[in-house]
Amino acid sequence: MPHGTLRRRQLLASTSAVLLAGCSVRARTISDTRPWSAGAGEPPIAITPGPWVFFSPEEGATVDALVERLIPHDALSVSGREAGCSVFIDRQLAGAYGSSERLYMRPPFMAGTPMQGMQSALTPAAQYRQGLAALHAYCRVAYVGRLPHEMTAEQRDALLKGLESRQVKLDGADGHGFFELLLTNTMEGFFADPLYGGNQGFAGWKMIGFPGARYDYRDEIAHRNQVIDVATVGITGRPDWTRKGT
Amino acid sequence: MARKLPGVDAVIVGLGWTGAILAERLTAAGLKVVAIERGPWRDTATDFPPSYAPDELRYAIRQDLFLRPAQETVTFRNKTSETALPIRSFGSFLPGNGVGGAGTHWNGQTWRFLEKDFVVKSHVTERYGKSAIPEGMTIQDWGVTYADLEKSYDSFEWTAGVSGRAGNIAGTRQQGGNPFEGPRSRDFPLPPLELSHASSLFAKAARELGHSPFPCPAANASRAYTNPLGVTLGPCTYCGFCERFGCGNYSKGSPQTTILPVLMRRPNFEARTNAEVLKVLTDRSGTRATGVTYVDAQGEELEQPAELVLLCAYQFCNVRLMLLSGIGTPYDPAAGTGVVGRNYCYQTGAGAQLFFENTRMNPFIGSGALQQVIDDFNGDNFDHTGLGFIGGGSISCGQTNGRPILYRPTEPGSPRWGSAWKQATVAGYQNAASVGSQGSSYAYRDSYLDLDPTYTDRFGRPLLRMTFDWHDNEHKAAAYATQRCMEIGRAMGAKQVLARNLSEHYSIVPYQSTHTVGGAAMGADPKTSAVKRYLQSWDVPNVFAVGAHAFPQNHGYNPTGTVGALAYWAAEAITSQYLKSPGALVPT
Repeated sequence: MPHGTLRRRQLLASTSAVLLAGCSVRARTISDTRPWSAGAGEPPIAITPGPWVFFSPEEGATVDALVERLIPHDALSVSGREAGCSVFIDRQLAGAYGSSERLYMRPPFMAGTPMQGMQSALTPAAQYRQGLAALHAYCRVAYVGRLPHEMTAEQRDALLKGLESRQVKLDGADGHGFFELLLTNTMEGFFADPLYGGNQGFAGWKMIGFPGARYDYRDEIAHRNQVIDVATVGITGRPDWTRKGT
Repeated sequence: MARKLPGVDAVIVGLGWTGAILAERLTAAGLKVVAIERGPWRDTATDFPPSYAPDELRYAIRQDLFLRPAQETVTFRNKTSETALPIRSFGSFLPGNGVGGAGTHWNGQTWRFLEKDFVVKSHVTERYGKSAIPEGMTIQDWGVTYADLEKSYDSFEWTAGVSGRAGNIAGTRQQGGNPFEGPRSRDFPLPPLELSHASSLFAKAARELGHSPFPCPAANASRAYTNPLGVTLGPCTYCGFCERFGCGNYSKGSPQTTILPVLMRRPNFEARTNAEVLKVLTDRSGTRATGVTYVDAQGEELEQPAELVLLCAYQFCNVRLMLLSGIGTPYDPAAGTGVVGRNYCYQTGAGAQLFFENTRMNPFIGSGALQQVIDDFNGDNFDHTGLGFIGGGSISCGQTNGRPILYRPTEPGSPRWGSAWKQATVAGYQNAASVGSQGSSYAYRDSYLDLDPTYTDRFGRPLLRMTFDWHDNEHKAAAYATQRCMEIGRAMGAKQVLARNLSEHYSIVPYQSTHTVGGAAMGADPKTSAVKRYLQSWDVPNVFAVGAHAFPQNHGYNPTGTVGALAYWAAEAITSQYLKSPGALVPT
C-alpha cells in the first residue's frame, strides 16, 4: 500500500503541474457542462527532504540556530529546528512566496505611512539574503567571529531580543524587519501542515491540541466545554499509516 | 485592434454571486448570455475537495483563492493631502477572484439590513433632527425600501440554503429570532446551526442583561437541502475551514453549490475564464453600451458585442470599470459633485477579547456563521439621544475556526517566542473567546474612490485610488459598542475582558473585513447616485451594475445577503420591465 499511495501521489503531483501550467496560459470557454476530468485539480505538493534549496550552508546553519531559540525544546514540544521550521522557510523562499510572485511589485517604490503597509521592493528571498549577510557581519564583530550556530543558547536569545527591540542594528539591512519576518515564517512552519516541511510529528498542533486536517466535527459539536479526544491527522495522513513500525 | 466576436443578448463581467444569479435569471428568460471572468474556473471536486481543502497555509496565509495584487489592486491613503501608495499585499480586505468570486470563500453570514437602514437619512432627520447628521457626512436613503426587497431577500436565502430562525413573519413576532428584523414572508429554509461553548455562554449572558440573542442566519446548511433550482447541499460538518476556503462538503451556499450546476447546462450560457474585461464600450453618443473588450490569457484582445452589459465584479472593480469606461460622472470631492467614486464606505469593528480559566472552547470546531448575535445596539434599534453619534452594529460571539497559524490568542504581556510563549499559547488556545461588534460605516464627503495618477495594472490602466479614514462619529459608535461587548464578556464569566478599540486611523495592514462598499451608489437622485433603484446606470441605460458598490453607506451587518437580494431585484426589473421596453426604467 505505501508504494501504491506514493505512486498515486506522484502521479497527482505531476498531473497537477501540467494542468496548472495549462490553466495559467489558456483562457477557457465553458458551456453545456461543468468541466471535469479525472485527476484534475491542484493537490499540494509535499516538499522533498534533503539539502537546502534556497539557503547556503552557512545561512541554513544560522536559521537552524535561531528557530531553535524562537521555539526551544522543552516539555511542551520539540524545538522549531527539530520540527523542521528552517526547512519550511527554505522551501517557501525558493517558491512563489519567496519571489513575491502574487504581489503588486510595480514601481515607483516610495516610503509611506504605517497605515499604507509594506512598500519595499525587496522580496522575502532578498530580505533573508540581505538580513542574514548583515547579521553574519554583525556577529563577526560583536561575537568575535562566532556565528549564531556557534553561540550559546543565552547568546542567541540576547541577539534575538536585541533585534526584536531594535537595540541591535544591522549594517545594510533592517534588523528588526528581518526578525519580524523570521518570527512570522517560523510560526507558519510550526503550525502549517507537515507536508510543507515544518510541524514534523505534528509538533505544533499537538502542543496546543489542534487536531489538524480534519473535516467533520458533527459528533463533537454538542460536547461543549469537554475534552475532544481525536487523533491528529495531516493532509497526507499520519506517519503510522504509511511507515512501518511506528 | 480587438477581434470582434458575434454579438449576444447580455454580457456579464464577473461570475461570482451576482453574475451567477443574473445569468441564471436571464438565461431562464431566454437570453443568450456570456459571462467573462478574470480568474480561473473553480469547482468543489477539483479545487477544494475535503482531502486537501483544510490547508491553512495555502488558502488562509498565501491566499490561494483571492484576487492577487499582481493582477489588480488599489492604491490607498488616509486623506487627500497624502500620496496614495499601492496595496502591495492584501491585508485589511481580501477580494474574490475566479468563478464563484468571494462567494466561494465567504463565511455565509446572510443578513437583511434593517427597515430603517434603507431610509437612514430620512429616519435620523425625522427622529433626531437635521443637526444629528455631522458636517461632511453624506448618508442617503437607498431609493429602495426593505418592503421592495423582501421577495428578493427571500429568493437569495432559499437559493443559498440559509439556516436560521425568523424573528418576524409577516408582522408576527417569533420566539428565539431577531425581534428587530423586518417582516419576512416566511421562515428560513433550514433550522439554525448548533451552538459552540462560547456562543452558548454569550446567549445566556446577553439574555440575563436583557438583550435578545438569536442565531446568525447562516449559509452553512444545518441539514441536507435541495434549493428551488433542484441543487442539493450537504450538511455542514463544523470543520473550521470556512472563510478564506472553499467548502469541500457542498455545505456552504456559493455559486458552485447552488446555481452553477444548473446554469452551466443551459445551452444559452457560456462562461469565459482567465479573461479580463478592460472596458465597457459605448457608441458615439456615450449613452448606449455596445459591449465590452477583454484580454484572454494568451494576451489577445477581443470585443464581445452585447445588447446589455452587466457589471458583476467585486465592489471596487465595478467602480473602476465605470471610471475607465466613462459611465457616469466621476466624483469630485472638492466640489462635492459627480457620483462615480462617491460614498466609499467600509465596516466599523470593535469588541472585547476574553480569557477564561479551565475552559475547553475547542475553537477548531466551527463554521463561518456559527454565532449568536444581538441586534439591540444596531442601526437605530436603540435611542441615540445624548450619545453623540448615529449608527450602531450587530454584536456577536461565534466560533469560525481554531486554525493555529492565525488563531493563537495569548493574554496581554505574553512573550512572542521562547518557552514562556509556548505556555501562554497553550493556555490561550482553549480559554479565549471574543465578542465583536460589526458596525455601520457611514459616508463622508472626503472618503471616496478615483483613478490613481501614478500606478497602473499590467495593461497600463490606472489603478483605483482609495481615500478613506475613520471619522469622529464612527470612533464614538465603536467606543460605545466596545463597552457593550465588554459588559457581555464580564457577564459570561471571563477572567479577563480586554477592549478591542477601533484603530486611530484606518490601516490596510491587519485583516478587518472584506465589506468594502459604495463608490457607485444606487438611489432616486442622479445627482447623488450612479445607478437607479434598479441598479441601472442613469447615463447608459443598457448597463446595470450589481453589487456592494451600490450601497450608499454601510450598515451593521455582513453585506452578502443584501448583495444577493439586489441581484434578484435587478434581474426582476430586467426581465419584467426592461426586456419589454429597453431603455431608461422609471420607478413603479
